[in-house]
Amino acid sequence: MNWSEFIHMGGYGFYVWSSYGLALLVLLLNLYLPLRRRKSVRRLLHEFLRLKEQTR
Amino acid sequence: MSKQKSYCSCNSTDVPGFLKAIGCLLRRDLTVALRRSTDVLTPLVFFIIVVSLFPLGLGPEPSVLRTIAPGVIWVAALLATMLSLNRLFANDHADGTLEQMVLSPHPLTILVLTKVAAHWMLTGLPLVLISPLLAVQMNLPESAMGTLIFSLLLGTPVLSLLGAVGAALTLGLRGGGVLVSLLVLPLYTPVLIFGAGAVAGVTAGIDIEAHFSLLAAFLALALSLAPWAAAAALRVSLD
Amino acid sequence: MQYMHKYASPKFFYTLAGKLTPWIAALTALLLVAGLYLGLFVAPADYQQGESYRIMFIHVPAAWMSMFIYVCMAGAGAIALVWNVKLFEMFAGNCAPVGASFTFLALVTGSLWGKPMWGAWWAWDARLTSELILFFLYIGYMALEASIDDPRRAARASAILALVGVVNIPVIHFSVEWWNTLHQPASVSKIGTPSIHPSMLAPLLLMSLGFTFYFFTVALMRMRNEILERERHTTWVAQLLESKS
Repeated sequence: MNWSEFIHMGGYGFYVWSSYGLALLVLLLNLYLPLRRRKSVRRLLHEFLRLKEQTR
Repeated sequence: MSKQKSYCSCNSTDVPGFLKAIGCLLRRDLTVALRRSTDVLTPLVFFIIVVSLFPLGLGPEPSVLRTIAPGVIWVAALLATMLSLNRLFANDHADGTLEQMVLSPHPLTILVLTKVAAHWMLTGLPLVLISPLLAVQMNLPESAMGTLIFSLLLGTPVLSLLGAVGAALTLGLRGGGVLVSLLVLPLYTPVLIFGAGAVAGVTAGIDIEAHFSLLAAFLALALSLAPWAAAAALRVSLD
Repeated sequence: MQYMHKYASPKFFYTLAGKLTPWIAALTALLLVAGLYLGLFVAPADYQQGESYRIMFIHVPAAWMSMFIYVCMAGAGAIALVWNVKLFEMFAGNCAPVGASFTFLALVTGSLWGKPMWGAWWAWDARLTSELILFFLYIGYMALEASIDDPRRAARASAILALVGVVNIPVIHFSVEWWNTLHQPASVSKIGTPSIHPSMLAPLLLMSLGFTFYFFTVALMRMRNEILERERHTTWVAQLLESKS
């Protein structure tokens, strides 16, 4: 497969690769957000449990 | 318990019969709304102003105005209805009447339908009645006038009914009027398409029987489903 | 009903989801890689549209997902309303951001597909217009949920909104289709799917399945987070965190 032809996509390269690129971005973002939230939830809960222990 | 003065001649210690309750509610809503006449007049004036803005924005060329008239009048009707939605439940919610209605033995769905009917009589119906004047302003041919009135007559109740669901869902929320618009305007699009389409169609000479059938179908669908959804939403909002 | 109580318990679901997620994620990756390979390398160029039609392998699955997720959201909301199951409430709420993302993706890729075809960045094509209205419905749903502080009320109000929306969606589709056929200038054609060649169908289906399992992966991840947060008062959460730290 000729790589430069592949990237060029018969003249439509910009449109095709923007679409696929955006799709990748959307998929990665929707994966990243729950992972980040998971960290903050754990931090929050550790704090919450620590306070609960203290005020017992 | 002393006999309290009420709008209806119902004995305050008995639960009024169903039809009497509805009659009471209708009369009450109309009376209260007419006392706060600004609430009723503001959407109407808004309707007139918005339509008048378009010639100012686009230029007074008669053929242009004629082309955009159906869409402009209909969109303005949508927006004016949106503005008026908060008076549907908010005032009753504030003074506790709404909770009484939810707790009453009568089916909440019918009570909601009654309130929406009162709302439409004072919001939608005036829009319908004043639309010919605006149609003249926008250079709409006289042949389309009847279609305009009839399409608004079928469409504005649907707007009030769907709007009631939105108003019930957003009862007491910070977002207020803008939030209701966000929720309800996408749902209005079919009514807009066929309502404005009917008026544009009659000007272009197309057969518009399908438009009216669909508008009637939307009305039937809204009448059967919207009060029920709005009642459910009220229960959720008041819990 | 007893099964319901066991399987609908947050703790059970949390552990189950934890075990399932890696497998579903792996399946997602597999499907997407296969779909991309077939779509980009194997499927031939279209007779009319050349290479640009390959955007279809993103646009069409994204559009399907936007619809599918909304229906899931409405269905879960209905179950949550009728049977009062917290788990379904959580699922419904977590559908919205992913659904809105796919709708957005469908809109932008539709625009990118349309530009070389029509010469304009946006055209009021029936499908794009329906997608746009669907996007507004998602935004409305998320706005409503965000405006209500009480999570219970938020979930139930959004569920009602989603149900009203789901009833409206066929009406909207129909109306927009009709509107489009009437107003369409002759030069603009629908972003037609090219006459589907089998070699084009396979990547389309693979991408759609891939997106579906992706959605499940993300939904499970989000739900696990929400369960932890909501169930923070329980002992099993406390024990879980202790064992992990």
